[in-house]
Amino acid sequence: MEAPVELRGITFAYGEGTLRREVLREVDLSIAPGEIVLLTGPSGSGKTTLLTLVGALRAMQQGSARVLGQELAGASEGARVTLRGRIGFIFQNHNLLGFLTARQNVAMSLELHGGMNERQRLERAGEMLAAVGLAEHSEKPPSQLSGGQRQRVAVARALAGEPGLILADEPTAALDKASGQEVVHLLRDLAKTRGVPILLVTHDPRILDIADRIVAMEDGRIVQPAAA
Amino acid sequence: MNQMVSTEKFLPWAPELTGEPMPPAPKPKPGPGAFLALPLRLAWRQLRAEKSRLAAAMAGVMFACVLVFMQLGFRGALFDSATNMLGAMRADLFLIHPMTDASFRPEPLPRARAFQTLADPDVAVAVPIYLAQTSFRNPETGRKRTVQLIGLDAEMGAVAFTGLAPLVDALKRPDTFAFDVRSRPEFGPIGAIFAERGNFQIQLGSRNMELVGLVEIGPSFGADGNVVLSETNFRRVFERRVSNTDLVALKLRDGADTVAVQARLRALLPDDVVVMTHAELVAHERSYWENGTPIGFIFVFGSLMGLVVGMVIVYQILFSDIASHISEYATLKAMGYSNGYLARVVMSEAFILAIIGFIPGLLFSTWLYNWVGAATFLPLTMYPERGLTVFLMIFAMCTLAGLLAMRKLRDANPADMF
Repeated sequence: MEAPVELRGITFAYGEGTLRREVLREVDLSIAPGEIVLLTGPSGSGKTTLLTLVGALRAMQQGSARVLGQELAGASEGARVTLRGRIGFIFQNHNLLGFLTARQNVAMSLELHGGMNERQRLERAGEMLAAVGLAEHSEKPPSQLSGGQRQRVAVARALAGEPGLILADEPTAALDKASGQEVVHLLRDLAKTRGVPILLVTHDPRILDIADRIVAMEDGRIVQPAAA
Repeated sequence: MNQMVSTEKFLPWAPELTGEPMPPAPKPKPGPGAFLALPLRLAWRQLRAEKSRLAAAMAGVMFACVLVFMQLGFRGALFDSATNMLGAMRADLFLIHPMTDASFRPEPLPRARAFQTLADPDVAVAVPIYLAQTSFRNPETGRKRTVQLIGLDAEMGAVAFTGLAPLVDALKRPDTFAFDVRSRPEFGPIGAIFAERGNFQIQLGSRNMELVGLVEIGPSFGADGNVVLSETNFRRVFERRVSNTDLVALKLRDGADTVAVQARLRALLPDDVVVMTHAELVAHERSYWENGTPIGFIFVFGSLMGLVVGMVIVYQILFSDIASHISEYATLKAMGYSNGYLARVVMSEAFILAIIGFIPGLLFSTWLYNWVGAATFLPLTMYPERGLTVFLMIFAMCTLAGLLAMRKLRDANPADMF
């Protein structure tokens, strides 16, 4: 079976001419089906840039990246938008739509996929919220939820569309230890039962235990591809 | 579609490990209804969430709407009322001097031209009409106001003002006149006094004249009120040369071809008169007010200003709406929503604002038309075509504002979310 993420020789730089600054140099990385990979490293080591490339949020410069079977080198904007619909994103901030209820927020990730009517979408969104333990909060707007609850809604949103890959960027940064642990364990459990691989960028040493593999980066290179 | 099918083999779904059922057949793309309906719903939910911003946007659109309605209403009323007097003179053909721009300032033409037209076998009656403005003393307050005098021989029946026919004999007596009941109220409650007392004396110019009846013509921008009297009585009030007249009304024999007679008269008469049908005469008067004065332009300019102000308000509202939701929009892009989808959300917001601003604007303008119409005696009417025109203008205004605000969407870059 093909690896969901297969990166070969990724080099990426910001700026041009004398201001050109390489943030990724010859990065190779592959993620196996169902694998949970944590990407760590100091600030400026290029891990967030790598995440945005894998997530098709930026255009590639050099190298090859196959994500869920789609080659990203030279991919059109349209192809990248389509691919993003098959990836679940979890951000540092929850970024929920403030004018929608938790359930409607989760349903937003289902509107991109056809074949469901409004009732089915809301039903599925409700099931996802129940899976993250927020069944009784599904009709509340994000402003009435705690930070941990909002991040759990974001997890439900990322998983509702049955993505082939989850990308998470510092999902615990804005949370205290207990709710941070709760969110990442929830994420791991849900991903494992569905067999979805996760690429998670973090500084947080408290959540390293969920990883199948920890990859450390420094100065745009992967320095220590070690098993956890 | 090939892509959708091929995704299945790349999905890291492992039913053999988890015991879950195999995934169903590939999902179809969202239907065409969802293409517009879902962004529209999202736009409405977003607008609804901020009540004060929605109210401000509604007020802005409503303001533009009312302003445009009033400007177009006044413009239409001006042109409708400017032709009240000529419109009420229902005759078949008219002669005027080619240099006459508007009826309130006529260029005299030789009276002899009226009788020359009788050489044509189809012309039955030719009536010279004298036009002048003089003062009219309000019988109640004693104040003077300028009134339009219309001197003509009513017996010939070429000019059919409503209510004139029964007054033919009374108007033949010396120093008598008929008054236009639709004149502005500053002339005094003439109709009420006449109904109560019958004929009574009113000072016209420097002469006391007897009011013998009422006709219906209507005020215009050129004149606040009208008085109809015989040719002889006209010259008693207003000294002028007998050989000149201002307008000639022609009545044709039954069954005569108006256009053919008009062509024959043009060939017959010298260049100091033009021959016009009733519709042409009214259009000529209207075009003076539309083109010969800045009035038409002023109202068009006022409408445009209203639309520009409305557009700026809607643009501001949409722009700040996008700016305050920029990270949410970027998140939607990261989730796979296209630029086109978000553009449709913004355009839907503009569309919703156009509708919810236009409806109260239309209702308020209709009420204002009645209120202002009653106060100014201008014929302000909410024509359906005018409503449609204004809606299209408001719609274009909101569309333009939406297109301008949409540029802000470029700032929603999902790569900056991390």
